[in-house]
Amino acid sequence: MICEKTKLALQNLFPAPVAEEVPAEDTGEEKDKKAPKQPRLNGLLECDYAVHGYHLDAQVAPDQLLNAVTILDESEFFLESITGVDWIKDNQLEVVYDFCRYDFDLCRVVIRTRVDREKPSVPTITGIFAGANWHERETHEFFGIKFAGHPHLVPLLLPEDADFHPLLKDFKA
Amino acid sequence: MSLTLLNVIVAVVIAIGFAALNAAYLVWAERRGAARIQRRPGPNINGPFGLLQPPLDGIKLMAKQLTIPGGADKVLFIAAPVLAMFPAIMSFVTIPFSESIVAKNMNVGVLMIFAFASMGGMSLVFAGWSSRNKYAMMSSVRAVSQAVAYEIPMLITTITVVMIAGSMDLMEIVHQQAGSILHWNIFPLLGNSHNILMPMSFLIFFTCTLAETNRAPFDLGEAESELVAGFHTEYGSMGFGLFFMGEYANIVIGSCMTTVLFLGGWNAPLPFLSFIPGVFWFLLKLYLLIATFIWIRWTFPRTTIYGLLNLSWKILIPLSLFNLLFTAGLIKVF
Amino acid sequence: MNSPIELQPDETFVLNVGPQHPATHGVLRVKMEMNGEYIVNAETVIGYIHRMHEKMGETKTYPQFLMNLSRMDYLGALGYSHGHVLVVEKAAGIEVPERAEYIRAIMVELNRIASHLFWFGAFVMDLGGFSPLMYALQDREYILDMLEAVTGSRLTYCYFRFGGLYNDIDDEFIAAARSFIPRMRKSLKKYDKLVTGNVIFRKRLEGIAPLSKEMCRKYGASSAVARGSGINFDVRKNEPYSVYPEFDFDVPVFHECDSLARYNVRMAEMEQSLRIIEQGLDKLPDGPIMPAKKPKLIKPPAGDYYQAVETARGSFGIRLVSDGGKIPYRLKLRSPTYSNMHLFDEACRGMMIMDALAFMGSLDLVIPEIDR
Repeated sequence: MICEKTKLALQNLFPAPVAEEVPAEDTGEEKDKKAPKQPRLNGLLECDYAVHGYHLDAQVAPDQLLNAVTILDESEFFLESITGVDWIKDNQLEVVYDFCRYDFDLCRVVIRTRVDREKPSVPTITGIFAGANWHERETHEFFGIKFAGHPHLVPLLLPEDADFHPLLKDFKA
Repeated sequence: MSLTLLNVIVAVVIAIGFAALNAAYLVWAERRGAARIQRRPGPNINGPFGLLQPPLDGIKLMAKQLTIPGGADKVLFIAAPVLAMFPAIMSFVTIPFSESIVAKNMNVGVLMIFAFASMGGMSLVFAGWSSRNKYAMMSSVRAVSQAVAYEIPMLITTITVVMIAGSMDLMEIVHQQAGSILHWNIFPLLGNSHNILMPMSFLIFFTCTLAETNRAPFDLGEAESELVAGFHTEYGSMGFGLFFMGEYANIVIGSCMTTVLFLGGWNAPLPFLSFIPGVFWFLLKLYLLIATFIWIRWTFPRTTIYGLLNLSWKILIPLSLFNLLFTAGLIKVF
Repeated sequence: MNSPIELQPDETFVLNVGPQHPATHGVLRVKMEMNGEYIVNAETVIGYIHRMHEKMGETKTYPQFLMNLSRMDYLGALGYSHGHVLVVEKAAGIEVPERAEYIRAIMVELNRIASHLFWFGAFVMDLGGFSPLMYALQDREYILDMLEAVTGSRLTYCYFRFGGLYNDIDDEFIAAARSFIPRMRKSLKKYDKLVTGNVIFRKRLEGIAPLSKEMCRKYGASSAVARGSGINFDVRKNEPYSVYPEFDFDVPVFHECDSLARYNVRMAEMEQSLRIIEQGLDKLPDGPIMPAKKPKLIKPPAGDYYQAVETARGSFGIRLVSDGGKIPYRLKLRSPTYSNMHLFDEACRGMMIMDALAFMGSLDLVIPEIDR
């Protein structure tokens, strides 16, 4: 039931109820075989745990991020990891936050934000979860995403003076 | 012994030779003992039972380059290992191995040995300070505070024994324990003081010897897994070799003192066994104590610095003071 | 113990518990600002053995990446491989025969015991007792011999395949495993008497480095770090996967939050792993070890997938982002020691360096896993 509670709380972040429908692909004009997929809108999706491995999937705008994470912190989730994904075709970088619970009321929540590839900037969540410190440093050094407000955003795994971002898709060694 | 200069020099040389040989072969004994406890063979390749291991190790150490870290205080750096080895070996001069085997008996034998032991503490400071290495400095700070803390109960228990014997002469102390095992200072039921708390003094003295020689479980000075190698981190080659040998020589001295003061020196445990020469009994007791040192080292983990200092200041000193007063009372009354 | 007094900036010195150090189980550097023996501030510097496994995940095909997983945490490698094959099987929809699942579980538990034995030996050696290391390694040799006969490697296994295993176990393995279990139980009793009951050892660990539940939650700690603080979290029970629901075992949880609690958790876990192995050997079904129909080329449908498994060091997670091709689009490895190690900086303020190093030992660190 924590899943239901969290789902409702997260859904409140989104003004228009765009939630559980996947946007229809062929509402309109051309039925091009290679129609570009509609980009996913900000909203909350409920996912099949057996297939994907997590229960709730919320895509938020960067400025809603802190609200979403605060909701999860108050419900006693723990931060499992922070990942970056480079969608070079959409010219966007995505930051994925994984949350999980310690008790037997299993609910895995994924929060994503998408930012522009040219000037990626996301607010930091180290104020809420102190463990995000290293995760954000790692995502920064691999993708170049700036976490605004991070106390010590220097490379963690790469050498201190590294100014390249290896996990970008157009990175040449 | 006639006091011709030649006799004295020969005796001193033999004592030093005994000390050096012991220090070298105790390394072998420790490695074999450790191996037995850990269920592996130990050194057994060089010579029968690995007995050639120490001389070969010595040759290897002498052949290595003696590096002095840049910025280290050269005089103190080189003086420290010499200062570690020298007092221990010199103390051997007055230890009586039997009725007639003693290099130079002095009537302040106990005092001389403890004076030399305190000098050994200086080498820790010199080594740690002159290495210009934070690890070495930290560990020599710890080692010095440990040495100071444990000297006190050791001296108090020694004073107890000296009070019983009435003299600081080591020969005299051993003579007073002649008889049987019940005359020894450890269970003096028939001896000079009928003090049943003496085994406690023996344990206190033994623990202090463990601590003074920086042996586990009190080996914070060399705590390998924390401070790399402690105060001798920067020493290679013969500097390291001298520290090592100095430590084992200290162990032998400590065990000799324990034997003389508490276990009756060269006296046999039962009167009818005194046809076996005294030297044999002395060496038997000595090596039993050293085997216990080795056994304890490989069994127990290390204490913390505050645990160690608490043990000394809050437990050992009050207990040994109490025993001193108790013995004094008993001597007065009986 | 009293906390240190207010200090001027030049009263502290910086001690580098450097990359080369006997106590730091790998190449880890901790810059400690010290006041005498007390730590005022600590900053962990990692990255000395960073090999960029995640980039390799984006350039290698799925089968080619199988061997990378054992190079991360070499002591408990089978658990990591298990997580990887599970997530790819989940994504691509590959069925695994039951016999293969049971054998996987038995192997992972044997590996867990081997990893805990090594941790036990190294931990007690850090504290100064050199002998238990030899006994623990000898017990571990039995496990490594068993695993080598089946998988071909002693440490960095590449045994699991998508859909099952590549080599079946034979009667020799089963006989060896059955005779190992009572021997290990005797050894655990011996370690109890030799180490756990030792008064010097207890004094070193009791009350050292208490970690509150809140702190564990903020950092995402798992395994003995969380279970020693009273959090009942084990992925095998909270989020069951593979064939673990069939086994009857307990999850040891201790509430004292100190290093001794973490030590006790791991010692009790070894006993529970023995129970799982016993039940696994009893229930082992016959059958194939690879599925009848397996796709020639592994191409999971586009989307993202997550799988968490319980390894010797905690909850290991893999997040797989696939775009439908034969090479993953993004493969993120969430290593448990990364989150456990992160606690160290905040928790060791005000401790003495001896206690901080004992604390580090109780966290059970393997640095290549942090650095990937």
